[in-house]
Amino acid sequence: MLGRAVEDISTGSDSDYSNSWISWFLSSKGNEYFCEVDEDYILDRFNLTGLNSDVSNYSQALELITDNLDDEIQDELRGALDVQARLLYGLIHARWIVTARGLAKMLEKFKRVDFGRCPRVLCQSQPLLPVGLTDTPYEKSVKLYCGRCEDIYSPKSSRHGSIDGAYFGTSFPHLLFLVYPNLIPPKSGSPDLSFGSRSTDAESGKRNRRMREEQEVTEGVGELISTASVAMKADRYRPRIYGFQLNETAKLQRWQEAIRDRQVAHLEELEERG
Amino acid sequence: MEEVDDQEGYTSSTPTSTLTWISWFCSLPGHEYFCEVSEDFIEDDFNLTGLNVMVPFWKEAMDMVLDVEPDEDTSKIPDVSIVEASAELLYGLVHQRYILTRAGLQAMVDKYENSVFGVCPRVYCVGCNVVPCGRSDLPGLDTVKLFCPNCNDIYTPPSSRFQGVDGAFFGTTFSHLFFQSYRELAPAPFWKPPSSAGSSLSPGRSPRNGSGSSASRPPPFVNPNQYGGQKRAAGNVYVPRIYGFKVSDRAKCGPRMQWLRLRPESPEELDMVDWRGRWIDEEDDYEDEDEDEEDEDDRQMEDFDPDAVDEEDDDEEEEEEEDGIPDRSMGHYRGQQHADSLRPPTPIHLPSSARTSPTAAPLDENAAAAALSRGGGKVKVVRY
Repeated sequence: MLGRAVEDISTGSDSDYSNSWISWFLSSKGNEYFCEVDEDYILDRFNLTGLNSDVSNYSQALELITDNLDDEIQDELRGALDVQARLLYGLIHARWIVTARGLAKMLEKFKRVDFGRCPRVLCQSQPLLPVGLTDTPYEKSVKLYCGRCEDIYSPKSSRHGSIDGAYFGTSFPHLLFLVYPNLIPPKSGSPDLSFGSRSTDAESGKRNRRMREEQEVTEGVGELISTASVAMKADRYRPRIYGFQLNETAKLQRWQEAIRDRQVAHLEELEERG
Repeated sequence: MEEVDDQEGYTSSTPTSTLTWISWFCSLPGHEYFCEVSEDFIEDDFNLTGLNVMVPFWKEAMDMVLDVEPDEDTSKIPDVSIVEASAELLYGLVHQRYILTRAGLQAMVDKYENSVFGVCPRVYCVGCNVVPCGRSDLPGLDTVKLFCPNCNDIYTPPSSRFQGVDGAFFGTTFSHLFFQSYRELAPAPFWKPPSSAGSSLSPGRSPRNGSGSSASRPPPFVNPNQYGGQKRAAGNVYVPRIYGFKVSDRAKCGPRMQWLRLRPESPEELDMVDWRGRWIDEEDDYEDEDEDEEDEDDRQMEDFDPDAVDEEDDDEEEEEEEDGIPDRSMGHYRGQQHADSLRPPTPIHLPSSARTSPTAAPLDENAAAAALSRGGGKVKVVRY
């Protein structure tokens, strides 16, 4: 892996897009959750405020990410620097994916189901979104958020289970649904199928994406969407023995549904009042 | 690779001499969830009642499962692979029945405790072991799923090699009978967050107070319902946050599903909901936070005529089916305040005079008091 990176960079022509550190990083196994951070975002120092204290060898790591590292230094520092570069990229990534452009990029990945599908049977293979449990690195690994059951799950593969959650941050999936409310998954029925088919090729992507983005945003802002009572439609599993529900479980489920009804009633009341 | 093994296993239909068909079948990749059914169980015809109509080539399949050399001419059978499929079906359906027996449950508990079935993928179930579970008792409808006793939900097995395993081979009953039989493995339905204001981000393991004995530091966990789960639950629920702030449920993208994972803090709270799923006692701390308007509703009620309540009582029971009809005139009536109410985090807005006011008093004691929840206009009938 390391060898490949060295090769990539030493083959020169940094202008070649496919040989950049970032594209190498994104294409290496286990990094499927990451999206590409625009280079001008990284080059704007304002966006990196404070990161220099989190990353040792900050400036060299940054040079490595942006493919500006001197060839001579590489060999000695390479190993340690690679770790720092990953950390730096991850932390920039966490900031990038909550920007408008970053959200749009992650949205594409969400639509391609790059983050997997919800393991909960009644979520009917709802695509997931990555989320961190903390914004501080080295604390918790990345988890996957399901917009349908609104719960978080551990990634199936240990490759993904070892990614730092701070590289995605605690806010990302919620901000995504805040910005694109029409993408909030329905609580019942199969996931929207228009969803996967809308993948676009990279070239026309940028322009289309912006247009689509606007469209989606305006769609979402409309008063049409009401989510006050969506919970009533959610399916749930009811344990049964020979067809009969279990007393204690049924009691708990009734209690949970009473909580749900109370929230729905409350939200509907708020909605009526405007 | 596993597929290849699988294929090989099937093509060499006769397992090696030392291995019985059953052991061989259970050792196939993807068959890790199966336990070995004892041959005695299969040989007892009573246990197979009704299965012969579901399994083609019954006799041949039985012979294969029990490693009996086929005595007669096998020329009637077009292809041995058909018998293999039958044998698998037969074994699966017998397995569904066997794991409900004492011996079968015991065999499965051994696998359970060794985590053979894996753990719940849900983060806040903190690696709770799961058991296999079918969604149907009839074969051919759905593949095997995994039931988590902590969140009472079912999940798709993480590995695709279980995609070929029929859920009916485990059945709908097993997973629940399992936790009824081994209550010490079943998490209780209530959960009290650790009293030390620890971060909600670290799920599990820290000691929690059991309901009864909150004095001793690490109290032994007791569920007062001896027929319920006796294990301390993992009760944390995910709270979505943006830049550290909770997403309000007033937002369109706000949380809507937390109820699905929520647990009451004490077992008594479970009794505050009647069999229809309505709150028996109005402990609506939820709405009290927001508006004062609702208090006025409360106060109006002090004056309302007890006779009117009795008359309307019958009507309301019919109305109950139609949720969401706001009927402000009814207001909200609190018949009796539970002495043992366990979670009044916000002040209850009922004026104390309501309890002593002459109109309200008779209702408190005897008659059925109708209460209309302020929020959704749901009608509740409270009886004492």
